[in-house]
Amino acid sequence: MAPLRVRAAQTAIAVATFPDLDRAAKAAGARWTALHPDVALRVVSLQYPDHHTAMTTALATGSGLPDVMAVDFRFIGKFAASGGLEDLAAPPYNGMALRDRFVRYSFPQAINAKGALAAIPTDIGPGTLLYRQDIVDRAGVTETELTGSWESFIEAGKKIRAKTGAYLLANAADIRDIVLRSGLADGDGIYFDAQGKVLVESPRFVRAFELGRAARVAGLDAGAPAWTNEWTTGLRQGRIATQMMGSWLTGHLKNWIAPASTGLWRSTVLPGGISASYGGSFYAIPKQASNKAAAWEFIRLMTTDTATQVDSLRVLDSFPALLAAQTDPFFDEPIAYLGGQRARRLWREIAAKVPAISVNKHDAMATDMIRSEFEEVLTEGKPIAAALADARLLIEHRARR
Amino acid sequence: MPAADPTAAARPPRRRTRHQRARELAPYLFIAPFFVLFLVFGLFPLAFSIYLSLHQWDPAEGLAAMRWVGLENYWFALTDPWFQRSLWNTLWFSVVCGVPQHLVAVPLAYFIHTSFKRGRDAVVGAYFVPYITSSVAIALIFTTLFSKDYGVVNSVLHGLLGIDPINWLGDAHTTKPAVAFIVFWRFLGWNLVLYLSALQVIDKELYEAAALDGCGRWRQFWHITLPLLRPMMFFAITLTIIGNLQLFDEPFILVDPESGVSLSVMTTAIFMYRLAFSDGDFGTASAVSWLLFLIIALLTWGNSRLFGRSEGSHAA
Repeated sequence: MAPLRVRAAQTAIAVATFPDLDRAAKAAGARWTALHPDVALRVVSLQYPDHHTAMTTALATGSGLPDVMAVDFRFIGKFAASGGLEDLAAPPYNGMALRDRFVRYSFPQAINAKGALAAIPTDIGPGTLLYRQDIVDRAGVTETELTGSWESFIEAGKKIRAKTGAYLLANAADIRDIVLRSGLADGDGIYFDAQGKVLVESPRFVRAFELGRAARVAGLDAGAPAWTNEWTTGLRQGRIATQMMGSWLTGHLKNWIAPASTGLWRSTVLPGGISASYGGSFYAIPKQASNKAAAWEFIRLMTTDTATQVDSLRVLDSFPALLAAQTDPFFDEPIAYLGGQRARRLWREIAAKVPAISVNKHDAMATDMIRSEFEEVLTEGKPIAAALADARLLIEHRARR
Repeated sequence: MPAADPTAAARPPRRRTRHQRARELAPYLFIAPFFVLFLVFGLFPLAFSIYLSLHQWDPAEGLAAMRWVGLENYWFALTDPWFQRSLWNTLWFSVVCGVPQHLVAVPLAYFIHTSFKRGRDAVVGAYFVPYITSSVAIALIFTTLFSKDYGVVNSVLHGLLGIDPINWLGDAHTTKPAVAFIVFWRFLGWNLVLYLSALQVIDKELYEAAALDGCGRWRQFWHITLPLLRPMMFFAITLTIIGNLQLFDEPFILVDPESGVSLSVMTTAIFMYRLAFSDGDFGTASAVSWLLFLIIALLTWGNSRLFGRSEGSHAA
């Protein structure tokens, strides 16, 4: 069978994705059909962990691979390093030519150690501090106190705790995760430098641990990891005053976590002048995909078509990675849930400032080690220097393979 | 058919051989489904995991990315501090969940056996329900009960004893006992049923004879029940050892694996899962699974030395 002719005979592309991102692909269905009436779009959606496990298995065995694979930020480093995805920087894709059309930091996240571009970003999560205006007001705390510096953030938390009984934040670990991103420039890694050296004993980590511990010692955190019942109930009942997260959390708060709190929440920059991102989604083409040309067309539609990106923004409350989509008038609309704040403008500014940090395929493992050692510091009183030294040894042990 | 046809004499034998062959084949066909399923889902994964444990392999990189490393994965696992820690956690759970299960189940079974005539099935059923309930459902319910700010456990403790809220599943000091309690509660009923069934086959005449000789209930329990329960103890403790060393569901669901505190309840089975599915290191994960197998085999052997040795003397 002549492979070149097969393409015309093929009439469908399969897009493997997960909720809520699948809503964007489904919403784009009509536009796709108008552009490519001969190629049917088949969206296959599995729950978030199942999707990524299924894709890992499919890459391992080379069977059951879709034409287009949606990949969440947490898995992009691993999948990009796998070599099972098309290098979209190479012809015929030449994806690097699109780079300047996207938020600066999003492309490097999908580039692996060999320089191959494994995926194209579709949405991003500019980091923001969401806080309950009413609680903060009752405590007599200003937004500047919350965001001025980490010290003033913790001091504000003490006032909030004393006057309202609410916790400053859900988990002391939230502070650690953000502070260890402070002072990063383009090309820097969080846990590893460009040569693969482990950085966890640097002053950045020491400070992150110290500030996190200070919050715990002062009793400012609810000890509730994100996405647990404690966490959602705490946010819903106004027992947690602030939450640092990607701007997309606003949609979750509005839709299911705390729908009754409309108008009470506000969004601002992260404390201490840090610009960071939380999560994001990508589209990739497996090397064994059967209809790569159509897959690339679909990815182009989802990621580089302004109207589609704006549609996704409306459907998902996600934040577009495409710069052109960020100038849509929709960005100037007030957000009722945030008390009419025009927060998307703020998020756009934050996104522009996030450094393009480099990712390492061992980032997820290093995150695990740091989390565990931090817990030892909090609960066992382990000295920070010793905890970080142990973390370095552990990370080096695992990463040498 | 009548034998009028001269060729008929030659035909039947041929027909019979075909028939015979079919008859010979039929049993194999009947048992084939089991063997096919066993080969595909039992033997192959087993053999493949031995093969895998000698390779370094990230499945996301495809089958071609497998690299032979010999026994290095075993050495790598044995020298990994998290593996050592997971072993410690696993042994801790084995003892703290396992021992009370039997210490409570044996007397409880004896009590139910001797004291309940009517309604015994309902009582046993009540103890057995946790065992047949899905571990996910149990974990979700206990997450709610053990919730720091909204849980029943804390509000009762606060109401009765004035104790400040304890972060049961979020503080490394309390996660282990909390998980251990749930595992104990869950498997108590199973052991109870095992011991009850063993009690029911003990000859009543032995008790009658002992009573005639003036033995009280306590001495009957000590000198008749316990020795005769020994074979069942061997069986039940073997199952507990195997089950507890493979403990996965409860700690995995109860304590968020993403949180740092999860290390305090990371069993070897969870460590193996994380190696494979978080770190993408299927080779070392397979090596860990075989190390775990060796440990289970060793402990089971030890248990058989301890409880199984004089099994024969009580068999009659």
